[in-house]
Amino acid sequence: MSSSAPINRIDQLFAARSGGDPALVCFLTAGDPGLDSTVPAMHSLVRGGASMLELGMPFSDPMADGPVIQAASERALARGADMAYVLRCVTEFRQEDQQTPVVLMGYLNPIERFGFERFCQEASTAGVDALLIVDLPPEECGCVTDHSAKLNMKQIFLVAPTTSAARLDAIAGAAGGFIYYVSLKGITGAANLDTTDVARRVAAIRERSELPVAVGFGVKTRADVLALAGVADAVVVGSALVQSMHDAGPDAATAVAERFARELTGQAGGNPEAAELSDVRSNAAEGAPS
Amino acid sequence: MRPETPYVWPDQQGHFGPYGGSFVAETLMAALDDLRDAYHRLSADPEFQARLDHDLAHYVGRPSPIYHAERLSQQVGGAQILLKREDLNHTGAHKINNTVGQALLAKALGKPRVIAETGAGQHGVASATVAARLGLECVVYMGSTDIERQAPNVYRMKLLGAEVRPVESGSKTLKDALNEALRDWVTNVDDTFYIIGTVAGPHPYPLLVRDFNAVCGREARRQMLEEYGQLPDALVACVGGGSNAIGLFHPFIEDKAVQMVGVEAAGSGIDTGQHAASLCAGKVGVLHGNRTYLLDNRDGQITETHSVSAGLDYPGVGPEHAWLKDIGRARYESVTDAETMAAFHQLCRVEGIIPALESSHALAHAVKMAADMSPSQYILVNLSGRGDKDVNTVAALEGLAL
Repeated sequence: MSSSAPINRIDQLFAARSGGDPALVCFLTAGDPGLDSTVPAMHSLVRGGASMLELGMPFSDPMADGPVIQAASERALARGADMAYVLRCVTEFRQEDQQTPVVLMGYLNPIERFGFERFCQEASTAGVDALLIVDLPPEECGCVTDHSAKLNMKQIFLVAPTTSAARLDAIAGAAGGFIYYVSLKGITGAANLDTTDVARRVAAIRERSELPVAVGFGVKTRADVLALAGVADAVVVGSALVQSMHDAGPDAATAVAERFARELTGQAGGNPEAAELSDVRSNAAEGAPS
Repeated sequence: MRPETPYVWPDQQGHFGPYGGSFVAETLMAALDDLRDAYHRLSADPEFQARLDHDLAHYVGRPSPIYHAERLSQQVGGAQILLKREDLNHTGAHKINNTVGQALLAKALGKPRVIAETGAGQHGVASATVAARLGLECVVYMGSTDIERQAPNVYRMKLLGAEVRPVESGSKTLKDALNEALRDWVTNVDDTFYIIGTVAGPHPYPLLVRDFNAVCGREARRQMLEEYGQLPDALVACVGGGSNAIGLFHPFIEDKAVQMVGVEAAGSGIDTGQHAASLCAGKVGVLHGNRTYLLDNRDGQITETHSVSAGLDYPGVGPEHAWLKDIGRARYESVTDAETMAAFHQLCRVEGIIPALESSHALAHAVKMAADMSPSQYILVNLSGRGDKDVNTVAALEGLAL
């Protein structure tokens, strides 16, 4: 690795943690509920206790996402949230926050069109720590990792309840940063969490990989987070947050995001004024019900 | 000269050269691996093959004949135009060749529920048909735009006991129906078999859909030798996802003297941007689990397509066609909606056959080609479906309401 490669913020985050609640990873779709609300919402999530951010790169055909994130992607694209916009969000976020890891999550085609090498370089320059490309399995990932690895950007991979031991080894071999265990079959935003099963699966992952394990799909409440204490190193919340921010509308989304993160990290009393404000604005600003 | 190597695509991982592969979320990988293993096992199992052959003969009505369109050929005044009559299959199109095969796979894998995506509705009907016969629950995803323009097929699916679920996301057409079917599959993977209707999607779908459709090309090759004493000079088939084309082409790939021509939908014209010609006007990218040519904007967002025929209204194309284009074994052309409608009417009036609008694209190009060829040459057109489903669309174009 060249001496200019930055230290990876994800590695730093997990190295600095020892036990306690799982770290909170918050997903938001870039450009939703407004082009100007994304960067403020990222900062407010961090203020509310989020340890890492996943920024969704909108795609026209998000085949692994449920209705909430699909709709958010469609809205963001309609507002003009292209790849250059997504990268600008990270650049702008980094002007004030050099510590919180940022993962870009999305699908391969917009990256291929942007250019694999150019995308990795510009993402790294913007301050991205890892990529999670939903439709890019380890068998096919060289087109991206050939460029991203040199820049010390990690490649995050999903592990599913249906993933075999052999595939788990292949994934562990290609993965960096953390392993993202999707706790449910199905798309994002579905059903509820079965923590006993999750604990068993996470233990199986730890037998095959030294990497921290994050659990996502089905995490919605503080109770879900607590149930994963001692099981997962991190929990990822996505659809529930995206829906709340959409319901709040662009003006109130920032306050709602902060309150959301506070609730999940158990600091709910933190900023009641912001929470009340968001309720008022949510009622006023909401257009069509989702 | 370099020695000829046999055509043995796809490779173990489902690649056709740089195309194909399995670009899906990890949540689907186990199901795809299971399907690949089951297909390898069953495709080599004589009992499974015997069951498939029996169904193709007695349920689908195969073999379908090759019909010499003599009056059409005379009118054009060039090569002899032959029609491979897939429109005579049960349910009226080539789609049943594939669904019979995949339904037997579903049964062999013990899955009580099947799902399908559909554009024109032909694949949905063909899926609902085999599901009814085998006693499988069937859900068909269909874009709400397509539901409007293919009302007769929607009702046929309902008659056959299938549930048709409208898809309201994105462009509300075939690509969005495919997204929604993939989401259903990922959620219900334990009890559900996904019957993909074309040679796209992740490995092993492009392989197995091709194999099930190749019965058409195998028959055609044999029929040409038996009835005409020679192979055709050219094969012509329409290409949306490309299943009827690959089914006709594949058994002829090693017959290097046989030209293979795929015909895409140019819609209002390639230069208008209102078309569905991924191979003629698209770029390489990844959609629906495979790398292939596709239609997208500068930001890599998949664009909405246009064609008078719902069955060709798809922004991608099967990865094997992408490869056949690159290696020069097949060539790909496009015809406009207007050219298609002219060919549609010509076949109705001259031969007494109402062709599907999809197949009319192939006819339109074959007529153009034939004019420049000699009367001793043969063009074999895949008449992949019948046009009964399209009469409302055609009437609307003429300003009539039925």
